[in-house]
Amino acid sequence: MAEKLQTPNTNPRQPRRPPEIPIASVNLDERGKVLHSLLPEVLVGFEFEILLAVDEVIVSIKPQDLPSICRIVKEDASLNLGYLRCISVVDYVEHLEVVYHLFSLKKRHKLVIKVQLPTESPHLPSIVSIWRGANWFEREGHDLFGVVFDGHPNLVPLVLYEGFKGHPGLKSFPFHDYKEW
Amino acid sequence: MHIQTNPTDEADSLDLMINMGPQHPSTHGVFRVVLWIDGERIVKSEPHIGYLHRGSEKLCEDELYSQVITLFDRLDYVSNLNCELAFCMATEKLMDLQIPDRAESIRVILCELNRIANHMLFYGAYGLDVGAMTPVLYGFRERERIQSLFESVTGARMMHNYIRIGGVKEDLPDDFGRRVAVLIEQLKKGIEECDDLLSNNEMFLARTKGIGVITGEDALDFGMTGPSLRASGVLEDVRISEPYSIYERFNFGIPVGTNGDCWDRYYVRVEEMRQSLDIIEQAIQQMESGPILANVRRITRPPKGEVYLRTESPRGDFGVYLVSDGTDKPYRVKVRAPSFANLQTLQHLLRDAYVADSVVILGSIDIVLGEVDR
Repeated sequence: MAEKLQTPNTNPRQPRRPPEIPIASVNLDERGKVLHSLLPEVLVGFEFEILLAVDEVIVSIKPQDLPSICRIVKEDASLNLGYLRCISVVDYVEHLEVVYHLFSLKKRHKLVIKVQLPTESPHLPSIVSIWRGANWFEREGHDLFGVVFDGHPNLVPLVLYEGFKGHPGLKSFPFHDYKEW
Repeated sequence: MHIQTNPTDEADSLDLMINMGPQHPSTHGVFRVVLWIDGERIVKSEPHIGYLHRGSEKLCEDELYSQVITLFDRLDYVSNLNCELAFCMATEKLMDLQIPDRAESIRVILCELNRIANHMLFYGAYGLDVGAMTPVLYGFRERERIQSLFESVTGARMMHNYIRIGGVKEDLPDDFGRRVAVLIEQLKKGIEECDDLLSNNEMFLARTKGIGVITGEDALDFGMTGPSLRASGVLEDVRISEPYSIYERFNFGIPVGTNGDCWDRYYVRVEEMRQSLDIIEQAIQQMESGPILANVRRITRPPKGEVYLRTESPRGDFGVYLVSDGTDKPYRVKVRAPSFANLQTLQHLLRDAYVADSVVILGSIDIVLGEVDR
């Protein structure tokens, strides 16, 4: 015990080095690589950035381009991304990110479309006219994160009750200190 | 006085608004749908969900990775193991972790058994929905056998918390081989009995054939997946289109319907149970002894990044979108629940249907509200 006490940190004034955070490795499959090479041709004329994450190809685009790009990737013969897997909203505190996961049943490749929005009054065009399945996903995103999907046919609360104050999905929404009664 | 006999405009019609749920016995949980009816026909419907919203996705952000598994149990509370599997596999994919072979086999066997248990519950409940009292007794008998096997393996009948990041909690009990062999024989017989009892019953056919038809194109547009989509003639199964775990090793069929009506949605599920048994038999044959848990730390800290993983849960495409910031808690978890997307079709299916058929149509989509509301 005494020995342990005698060997403290050699330089107590130097703060501990923060642990290094590793980054997930990218591992694209064959279909992903083909899609990756196809994208710049298909999306010519738009402002976009291609990223990679684990096994997905991500295109980061501007909010106003969303409906036209969605229509292109859905109807383009070489992409044919007809199935909207999911719409998720992620709160990164400085900005919000709306993530569209797409999949092609014929070609069996997958694409992610990302849109960054400001935290203050986030607005985004709705894509219900392209995929009817987007309807409830957008309503949920509006409920939990306050993203307003312009042009949505019926943007009323879905999972929360009418009159609920605040957006519980946001990081700023408190976890434990609310009283129910 | 002007009476409009054949209303074309929804607002002008002499319609009546009726409220189904949230405590209606055949809404399979707390679900409410408001129906605007004109005589016996449904003009418009408006589903209301959220009665069971527990904020599971938000809660995940405050739990360690190993604790999140218990929350996933409670999403689809009829096929718990499939939900656990989806989350664990998403984390493993992010960590690029290799799972021991035996653990993969155990996962597949239990998840496929869970699929049968789930479809047996559907079978029984659907019988009740159309007004047949007996099927539920047969369905629950088979489900009970599976549940008691689960109890001997995982220690719990429903909320198992058995699948872990990197493998499974513990190895199978010594008598598992004998018990599962008996179970498979019982289930084979049981599925045939169930099939004989209901599938070609004249009254059942009259209630379900040609009711609630949805085309494959529409179903895909709504994001419908799983047996409900396959009933409309679209061959899409995550086990085939994006194989995960060790499904590539097995030889099994995917039942596909032709009409996309309630009967097809029902029968695809009955047929799927037979295919699941096929997979289980092959998995047991191929199973080898070995470790059941990969070498992982007790506190999981996946690398920074994001991953989306799809699995074929009994209801369809169960997706998990996991964002990690390198800490011991997930930054964001988004669950793509198959029931949530499937339920969106209800409005489309109910249009111009009879009020009496609304329960039959709702039952055929096979929803679990725990998963819809999260």
